[in-house]
Amino acid sequence: MAEQYGPENIIVILGAAEGEAAGLAAETVTAGDPTFAGPLAGVQLGLKVYHACEPEIKDEVDSAVYDEQISMMEMVLDVDDIRKEMSTIRDEYCKF
Amino acid sequence: MYSVLKGASYILAHTPDMVIHNGTTQTTQRTIDPDSEYLKNLDKSLRSYDECKAYLPNQTYIGNITPDELAGYAQPWYQQKSDYIQREGRFGEIMPEDEFIGLIAICDVFDLVKLESQFAVSVKKKLESHSLIDPKFLSVFDKNFELSEINGFIADEHAEPLYYGGMIVGCIKAAHDIDHSLSAHVIFENLVSKASCVLSLLHLIDKNHIGKEDIEYVIECSEEACGDMNQRGGGNFAKAAAEIAGLVNATGSDIRGFCAGPTHALIHAAAMVKAGTFKHVIVAAGGSTAKLGMNGKDHVGKGIPILEDCVAGFAILVSANDGVSPEINTDIVGRHTVGTGSSPQNVISSLTASALEKAGLKLTDIDKYTVEMQNPDITKPAGAGNVPEANYKMIGALAAMRIEIEKSQLADFVSEHGMVGWAPTQGHIPSGVPYLGFARQELMDKKINRVMVIGKGSLFLGRMTNLFDGVSFVLQQNSGAGQEETVSEDKIRKLIAASLKDFAKHLQEDEG
Repeated sequence: MAEQYGPENIIVILGAAEGEAAGLAAETVTAGDPTFAGPLAGVQLGLKVYHACEPEIKDEVDSAVYDEQISMMEMVLDVDDIRKEMSTIRDEYCKF
Repeated sequence: MYSVLKGASYILAHTPDMVIHNGTTQTTQRTIDPDSEYLKNLDKSLRSYDECKAYLPNQTYIGNITPDELAGYAQPWYQQKSDYIQREGRFGEIMPEDEFIGLIAICDVFDLVKLESQFAVSVKKKLESHSLIDPKFLSVFDKNFELSEINGFIADEHAEPLYYGGMIVGCIKAAHDIDHSLSAHVIFENLVSKASCVLSLLHLIDKNHIGKEDIEYVIECSEEACGDMNQRGGGNFAKAAAEIAGLVNATGSDIRGFCAGPTHALIHAAAMVKAGTFKHVIVAAGGSTAKLGMNGKDHVGKGIPILEDCVAGFAILVSANDGVSPEINTDIVGRHTVGTGSSPQNVISSLTASALEKAGLKLTDIDKYTVEMQNPDITKPAGAGNVPEANYKMIGALAAMRIEIEKSQLADFVSEHGMVGWAPTQGHIPSGVPYLGFARQELMDKKINRVMVIGKGSLFLGRMTNLFDGVSFVLQQNSGAGQEETVSEDKIRKLIAASLKDFAKHLQEDEG
């Protein structure tokens, strides 16, 4: 998809349940698969990547839909840890 | 009358050699990179049988430590010294690998398992003293082979080797030259599943003082498939295991639903018994070799022993209401339906609050939820977090959204209505069922009133649907009405009238 639409036009939205897993997925679509297991091993796409619980995404979504789909998980997840992990990865590897 | 939870058994078989040679993480690695450091050093991370027995979650699984007691130990538990090293537990046992290989040979009725002579003699001797193994099966160890013959079967006929202590001690042959569904690999997995199911059945019968001949139906609910190329997955593990366990009056069938299988099967069993079709139904499953060492790379990478070194099994007896055992309330059944949707709150609501609401109950009316009771020692280092705790948080968050608790009480909800996980990560094994043995006792001791059993399954792994699945039901204290039909008020009035009439007649006769 990055090749087809241009990496600058893609935003990846994650729903991982914890910071470490979110960070791993974010790293995969920015710096390349850190486990060197999949097709993105060594491929540095540098895509914009956010977690569904980050304010950048939350503010874009109709609050009623967000309440219905995400609010319960927002209560459960360690959102601060996820946001910290995501912004670290973005700061380091995001190209756009 | 509701059917009841009459008994439960749980077994483990310590199988470190199967971790190396049959776990898919290891077999995949061997295909990709046979010289990898992981495979080279794997044996250094494997636990001995004694270490496996002394592991606190394993002792919890077989019933020697309660979940509350386990929660009292600091995590990670693999670092804890334990005084519990028993092989036998209240609910079952932890069997060593050599005896388990012997049991696999006993479970093979097609002469596919070939054991090396010395090993066969040694295993026969050990199984002779196992109180639950019928001596009639021991003759299987009298027909054995030289190592050279076994090596020939492996080299020339694609037989799967059986290892013990790092040495080849036998093999399992393919059941057909061409049919992939009957390959040595598939037969190996299926015999392991069958053997662990059989051991669970034997312990269930033994621990619950019920006659083998009283069991009328067995539902097997593992994640394996047996059949040939014309009917792959045709079954029937249930009847095959019942045969070896000596349940002469039973037939049975297999129910599949990935990790949700056991809860589906329990609902089926409860309905069959409540309908009066059968009085005693067993729900049982053996374990899986594929999942041995599934998270091994993460464990070894972090200097943790390979904790997924056991094949597990369980069996649950569902019986007609005895007036004492906990009732399976089939009027409170949660379902994740095709239309439920996949957002976590829809999923959790469909399995908990929606079902409870219909019965006029709140989420807080359930004392304990038994969910995916995976051992966090295994899942946390692998990045999967604490699975039961995550489930309890979701149920608690739902309770907060429904204003049944304050948001600030979420942590209290988790500790009051949840438990730590202790079950091995064998798919269907940790799913709802590991607590049933303890739940039965706690409900009978009136320590708790209601338990909700939740099973969830990842159907998308089979590539036939993107859907997820789940079902749930409630276990409750027995109402005490027993098996007797309720006597109506009118009938009582008539009985009293008849007695009084009788009494009056006697008085008249005496006077006369």
